[in-house]
Order: sequence, then structure tokens, then C-alpha cells
Amino acid sequence: MSPQVINLFYFIAALCFILGIKGMTDPKTARLGNIIAAVGMTVAVIGTLLKKEIVGYELIAIGFLVGGVIGTLISLFIPLTRLPERIALSHAFGGLAASLVGIAEYYRHGAEMGSIKIAAIGFEVLFGSITFTGSLIAFGKLSEILPSPPITYKFQNQSNILLFVITVAIWIYLIFYPGASHIFYTMVGLAFLIGILIVLPIGGADMPVVICLLNSYAGLAASATGFVLENNILIIAGALDGGSGFILAILMSRAMNRSFANVLFGAFGAVSSESKQKQEEFYAGKVKVTTPEEVAYLLENARLVVVAPGYGLAVSQAQFVLGELAKVLKSKGVDVKFAIHPVAGRMPGHMNVLLAEAGVPYEDLLELEPSNAILPEADVAIVVGANDVVNPLAREDKSSPIAGMPILDVDRARTVVIIKRSLAPGFAGVPNPLFIKENSLMLFADAKQALQEILNNIKGVVSRLH
Amino acid sequence: MEKILPQFILQAVEQVQMGSILIGIYIFFLAAFLGYHLITRVPPLLHTPLMSLTNAISAISIVGAMTIAGMKHDTFTTILGTIAVLAASINAVGGYIITERTLRMFKGRGGGKK
Repeated sequence: MSPQVINLFYFIAALCFILGIKGMTDPKTARLGNIIAAVGMTVAVIGTLLKKEIVGYELIAIGFLVGGVIGTLISLFIPLTRLPERIALSHAFGGLAASLVGIAEYYRHGAEMGSIKIAAIGFEVLFGSITFTGSLIAFGKLSEILPSPPITYKFQNQSNILLFVITVAIWIYLIFYPGASHIFYTMVGLAFLIGILIVLPIGGADMPVVICLLNSYAGLAASATGFVLENNILIIAGALDGGSGFILAILMSRAMNRSFANVLFGAFGAVSSESKQKQEEFYAGKVKVTTPEEVAYLLENARLVVVAPGYGLAVSQAQFVLGELAKVLKSKGVDVKFAIHPVAGRMPGHMNVLLAEAGVPYEDLLELEPSNAILPEADVAIVVGANDVVNPLAREDKSSPIAGMPILDVDRARTVVIIKRSLAPGFAGVPNPLFIKENSLMLFADAKQALQEILNNIKGVVSRLH
Repeated sequence: MEKILPQFILQAVEQVQMGSILIGIYIFFLAAFLGYHLITRVPPLLHTPLMSLTNAISAISIVGAMTIAGMKHDTFTTILGTIAVLAASINAVGGYIITERTLRMFKGRGGGKK
């Protein structure tokens, strides 16, 4: 088929991608958007199959079938609580694909390449390789194959920066001397190494920012592939993905009031043992403990209840019990809303997905500002498995590591119930004065168990544990 | 002029004059600009499906991978291309399925599937 006809296929695919993302601006059109984008991908693949350059279809078919089956199986059977891992893993595959295409193009043309093309290939391979290994480490941390707290060592930032400078220097060298193939493959190796080393020192709660950045890198790598192959659809789709990941990363780091540099190089959340002892003194004798019965009583007699969920909700898989509790309370005339902090959980929108899974209508999932607008009117605020995102220190103490981070003002509700296993600090490693406020009650338990007992009490079922 | 400027700059100028790179840069910035305006309008509620959808879209690398795998230029690049097709297909197929699965969960107050 002539290149013009194939370009028409790509043009349609680009339109579909843009319309698909436009669909995501409203929950009512989101599913349609996804279908349109999938149609776009199909059109692009069919168009490519018609290319003259393609002489053999067997290997494409094998790769596509094997990949398609793996992709389908993972996506159909992975529990949605493990979505952050699956997203990290998919960034790894995206990065790998871009990187391999770049290496193959270099191998084919290497020395005869023009300087712009070799620059684009270098960019593609660098971003693709960093995304590949970086996402694998993120996947390891999220699935707890690797330890989730930052892994640090001496001169870590310095050695990482040095490595990065060397790699960029090689990239520049290649623009002048594209034929230096050993140097090229050294650069690929270094990029793989950088991906590993930059994600190792990043702790679990900073993962939302890292996942977004890796998402962005995967897109930029795809876009660079477009420059290498002179293919506009790759440039467009890559720019959309790269832009999207970048915007999300900005939103996430803004929600923590921290810069990218601080997230990437801060090794945030490495807690020293000395501060642990200080924390015990901080709380000593000032914490009021409550029981599921008391919480049930409080909830039944409330008009407005606001729930602030955090990563602990996902860990204890308590979303279904929470969803049912909300339903039962609503049937008794209590209004229940959910206050969602942008960085609650391990990826953007994590809490929304969990609660949607538990059948909570999306109108009840409130963003930060509307949540804070209704919290002063709430009779009860329940904090489930969240800590730093409800820590008033962010408002009050300018020297705290979380100073200036926008938080959910749960302490402004008449009563705050905090369901938490212990007084252990959150990710930021700072004590939380919310736990010793006048109007705070602590319920020390696993989130799922605690919510179940509260629910049993409200339903009038005798709790199994009493 | 040829004497003053190093070879690679001349080469770069030539390529830009050829147009394809410049058009590519045009397209990149237009798409990024459009993307910026669309994506800032996506509510935080849908940030997870947005991410899985854009991830599926970036599996467009499959187009490049297929070309290299199907070109049969030499064994090395054919193998790389085939692995790239495999990796990109996981996202291209899986990305839309997981997005659909996630979106199916979001229900309005009416309880209708929207």
C-alpha cells in the first residue's frame, strides 16, 4: 500500500487517541473514550501491516499473540488492589519496546546516521532504558519483592549525578561520532543502571510521583522513536503520554508541596531510631482510646460523616467493608462523604479506584478542597489508614518536613476517629499531633477488622470477638 | 560558511531544511499543547484510568517494533524487533482491558453503569 494511504490510517489513529483522552475528562464518557482509543490502536496496527517494508508476518504474529495473551491474562485476573504494580510493570514494557527499537535502528544504520537522527536515537534509548529498569524497581517496591523504604548508601546522590553526567557526555559524543558503536552500547548499559539506581532511594509513599514520571518517560521515548522512524503517529501518541505523565507528576508533587528534586533525591522517609523514642514521649499519656461500640454509636447519631482513606485501606483490603458501612449509614439517614487526598495511596487516583470497586458512587468521592469545605460541618471524621495527609503539623509547624503540604483538615470535624494499628509514624517520619487533639479518638486495630466490628454494632449483630 | 561551521551543524541544517525533523517538532509541540489542555481537565477521580489509558496509547511503539520485526533486515534486529512487538503488545492489549475494568467500577448515584 502506498505511504499516503498508510499515513491516512495513522491520521485516523491520532484523532482516535485525542478523542479517547478527551473522553476521560468526564466519568460519563470515559468508557467510550477508552474504546475509541483502542480502535485507534487497531487502525494504526492494521495500517502498519500494509507497509511495503514488511516482508515477513510470522514473527510479528508470534510476538503479538504471545504479548497479547500475556497482557490479557494479567489485565483480566490481577486484583484491582494491585493496580499500582501492574501500571509500573506496563511502563517497564513500554520502555523496553522503545529502547529495543532504538537499538535495532542504530544497529541497522549506525555510522551513516545524521546528527539529528543519532541524537533522537540516543534520547529514545536513554529514556526507554531508564524507564525499563526504573519501572522494574518501582514494581519490585510496590509488590514488596524489594523493601519499600528508601535504600540509601553514602555518596548516593553524588554517584548518581556523576553517572548521569557521564551518560549525557557519551550521548553528546555520539552526535559527533555516530559510528562509535562500543560507546553506544556502553551508554545503553549505563542507562539501564541509572534506572535502577535512581528509583532505589525512593520510598513507597513517593511512588505516585515516580510512577507519573516513568509514565512520562515512556511517552517521551515513544515520541523520540517517532523522530527516528519519521513517523508522526509515534510523535503524537508519545507527546500525549509524555505530557499526561508530566502533568500528573506535577499535580502529585504539588499535593505534597515538594519539588521533583526533593522527591527524586531526598530519600524521604528514612526514619532514624532516635526519632522513634522522641515520638513515644510525644504521645505519652495524651491519647484517648475508643472502642468499635463507641464509634458505632457516634456514627449512628451523626448527620454528616466524612471518611479520609489512605494507603492502609488498600493494605488491609478494607474497601468493601467501608463501602457497606457507608451504605448502611446512608440507609439510616446519615450522609457519608469520602475525602480523597491526591497522594493518598501509591498512584494517582488510587483511593477512587478502591472505593469505586466497593460500590461507592463517584459523586461521594470528594477532592481536597470540597472536602475541606464540608469538614467543619462534619459530626464525625474517620481516618482509615492515612497519616501524613491528615497531619496538622503541615499547617502549623514551618520546620516540619511536611510543612506547607495541603492536608485534609479532619481535625476541624466535631469528632475525629482514627483507625490505625499503632502510633507508628507515617511515611514522613514525623509524629502526628492529630492523635492527641481534644476531639480525637484512636481505635487501634486493623482497618478491615475495626470497620467490620463497627458495622456489626450498627447492624445490631453481636460482634464475633465479644 | 562551510569552513567556519563544523560538519555536524551543516548536516543538521541540511536535515532541518529537508523538513521532516522540523515538521516532527511542530507536531510534537502541537500534540503536547493539546494534551496539556485535555489532561488538565481530567478530574482526579479518573487519574488512574487516565494513566492506564495513556500507557496503552504509548504502546504505539508497536508500530515501530512491527516494522523492524517484519523487515527481516538481519537476525539481530529481527530478534530485537520481535521482543519489542511482544513487550508493546502486552500494553497495547492489556492497557485497554485494565482501563475498561477500572472504569466499569465507577458508578454514579443512580447505580447505572456509566
